[in-house]
Amino acid sequence: MPIEIEVNGKRYPVSYPPDTPLLYVLRDELQLNGTKYGCGEGQCGACTVLIAGAPRRSCQIPVSAATGKPVTTIEGLEKEGRLHPVQQAFLDAGAFQCAYCTSGMIMSSVGLLQMNANPSQADVVQFLQGNVCRCGTHPRIIEAIRSAAKTMQERGR
Amino acid sequence: MSGVMEKFVLEPERYEFRAAPMHQFELARRDFFKILGAGIAVFAVAKDALAEQETAPGHRSFHNEELPKDIDAWLHVGEDGSVTGFTGKAEIGQNIRTALAQTVADELRVPFESVRMVMADTALTPFDAGTFGSRTTPTMTPQLRRVASAARDLLIEAAAKEWNVAPAGLVAADAKVTDPASGRSLKYAELARGKMLAQNLPAEDPITPAAQWTIAGKPIPKVDGRAFVTGKHQYTPDLLLEGMLHGKVLRPPSFGATLTSCDDNAAKAMKGVVVVRDGDFVGVAAPSAHEAQHALDAIHTQWKEVPQISSKEVFSYLKQNAALKTEDRFRKQKGSVEDGLAGAAHRLDATYNVAYIAHAPLEPRAAVAQWAGGKLTVWTGTQRPFANRDELAAAFHLPESSVRVIVPDTGSAYGGKHTSDAAMEAARLARAAGRPVKVVWTREEEFTWAYFRPAGVIEIKSGIAGDGMLTAWEFHNYHSGSSGIETPYVVANLRTEYHAVPLVLRSGSYRGLAATANHFARETHMDALAGVAKMDPFAFRMKNLTNPRMRAVLEAAAESFGWPRKKTQEGQGFGVACGDEKGSYVATCAEVAVDKKSGAVRVVRLVEAFECGAIVNPDGLRNQVVGAMIQGLGGALFEAIEFENGRITNAHFASYRVPRFRDVPEIEAILLDRKDIPSAGAGETPIMAVAPAIGNAIFDATGVRLNNLPMVPNGLRPA
Repeated sequence: MPIEIEVNGKRYPVSYPPDTPLLYVLRDELQLNGTKYGCGEGQCGACTVLIAGAPRRSCQIPVSAATGKPVTTIEGLEKEGRLHPVQQAFLDAGAFQCAYCTSGMIMSSVGLLQMNANPSQADVVQFLQGNVCRCGTHPRIIEAIRSAAKTMQERGR
Repeated sequence: MSGVMEKFVLEPERYEFRAAPMHQFELARRDFFKILGAGIAVFAVAKDALAEQETAPGHRSFHNEELPKDIDAWLHVGEDGSVTGFTGKAEIGQNIRTALAQTVADELRVPFESVRMVMADTALTPFDAGTFGSRTTPTMTPQLRRVASAARDLLIEAAAKEWNVAPAGLVAADAKVTDPASGRSLKYAELARGKMLAQNLPAEDPITPAAQWTIAGKPIPKVDGRAFVTGKHQYTPDLLLEGMLHGKVLRPPSFGATLTSCDDNAAKAMKGVVVVRDGDFVGVAAPSAHEAQHALDAIHTQWKEVPQISSKEVFSYLKQNAALKTEDRFRKQKGSVEDGLAGAAHRLDATYNVAYIAHAPLEPRAAVAQWAGGKLTVWTGTQRPFANRDELAAAFHLPESSVRVIVPDTGSAYGGKHTSDAAMEAARLARAAGRPVKVVWTREEEFTWAYFRPAGVIEIKSGIAGDGMLTAWEFHNYHSGSSGIETPYVVANLRTEYHAVPLVLRSGSYRGLAATANHFARETHMDALAGVAKMDPFAFRMKNLTNPRMRAVLEAAAESFGWPRKKTQEGQGFGVACGDEKGSYVATCAEVAVDKKSGAVRVVRLVEAFECGAIVNPDGLRNQVVGAMIQGLGGALFEAIEFENGRITNAHFASYRVPRFRDVPEIEAILLDRKDIPSAGAGETPIMAVAPAIGNAIFDATGVRLNNLPMVPNGLRPA
């Protein structure tokens, strides 16, 4: 039986072996390249996606473990041309330099805000400890997340 | 086009550089209009002003190795009014695409949104030696301004001709030329229509002074920001070509190992797998990355290894293996250090060690290569597209015109992406496969087979008079490099010397080069001297400094920091450091908290003042300055490459510690905008005073003087 996964509301058959990390299925087979390879070891967070709403390192999840659960990638956040509040907040804060970590940062942040609608600075720091930004844009990333939290609360989610 | 050679210095620690060849732009103007359509084009060639920048006050490099180059740029105004600027510089996260577009828009008097920059494509852009050395802003910005200014003149002339009036009375603004006398105007688009007008840059074309900038100098957000937050931007590892295979390279077990046997039969038998053996190069290409990995795992090799220096013994090795005689260009002397020391009230000598560190760009080295009709096209994240092209041409015995290198906006570099390793590997595999091949280095490959910021040993001898004035300063750098080696402090008796040592690990450029190491040693030493003189470290520095730009950043940082501060908690400490390099000035103040029981060191606050002349984009600059401070904190406290028997023993993010959210202190960056001074680069200098400021704060907190980088990889341990 070929595996099937649901990504951004769309079902895809997967021909890669079931032990293949989800990251490579997303990038190479489904051609969803917004999710980045940073280390392949679960140490940098660049490959973060949401699996059933929770942020996960897609390089550490075999594709077989992602079946039957909705997967959301960075490509799935924008709705009808409208950015997700976290995306908009990153854009507004200029919270990136090379931006290679940005997909993972945004996905982790979306996951955080789903669990904690009003995170303190310490909450953000704690939650994003596994996401590496090598350009040193951390202060703006924190600012963007807290601003997105405010927007989302105002909109009543 | 003719090229005017500009001379610039090449620092010895750019070990990865080979002699750069000279180039001329090959694209005929006819081809240029064919690509872009009709309109108005201006071509620029480097002029004296660029060479002037290299000798501007503040440039303290004393070596004179010359790299030939031919900086130029060009610009096109299309029939639809669209403006395209061309430069060989690469966007690697420093946000220069935005700053250059601002510059063009500002000088041409067009809206920012109408300008597009074509960058770092060897087929479309002019030759460029590379994006390094904080050079884009001081050299490419004025060059693009001149080009835009000349294009503006052409447009005014075209309007004058149209109306049969003198050009002198016409005004260019808002993408149109207006005749104030009659009130009539023509849009640039209308003026460019039906024309194929090309001109070389006139000898002198005045550019708009910074005080009159309207678009430059503003905090315009990053171009294409939306593409980055939506994941749509395609970095090199994201490229997908029709029929593309995934390539992997078999790495030796240790540095310098040679292949003695290789059984690749099992790999060759795998479906869709291509195996390449060429000397010691063994690589595979397969339809997917996991098939490529399986094929690689199926290859059995044996290697002959050679004994290697380990990180534990590297500093004594560097000291013992220095060249007996230094070249004149790496030596500077003034007065008599011996006399200065003899006459000093206090003497202080010390040795400082600096470990190897890795760039660890989050986008690993990667390339996609495609062969067609004997020509090679490579997409790769590099800071030196033209040098990559030449290396590929040489390796594959092709004329340069048969190789094209394209640099997609890249996931950072920090000086680490000068070489063509991944490009070479992808091209070799693609040639054998007859299909495009993508090679993306793994994190472990990135930490092992790239190059490092060189380790170094620094020795200082110094003396001060009873009033705290320096009387003698002798500074020796072994191996790590000569950037920023000269002291900005006033001293009559001086000797500085850089000592070359054969490479231990593959080494090369890193943000700021050896200026970070040299600033660490000097500013730590100055702090210790302040202690000997029983003076406040800030006051001691000011007493020995006359350069007004250096004094200004030091004063600005101290004021915002609240220097001198009273300690309110146990384990609290404050430190200051300053420096200058490549025409810009920096001062950093640090507050640390040291847990005396556990030895844990936490940087609580960093305040940095930075001045790089007229600011082109304060928002992008702030990002670069804050980013450099955080990156500098990693090298200051815990980053170090460890190695043994030719193997990197911490080639993972789990074992090579980079700054993470929890490490980031409260940060304040003060940007001094000097509209009266030409803009200097800003990618490097802001990193340089961070480590010594933190170290000096740790001393203030604990009385422990840390002379080695990284300072506290495992926390502060009692001696």
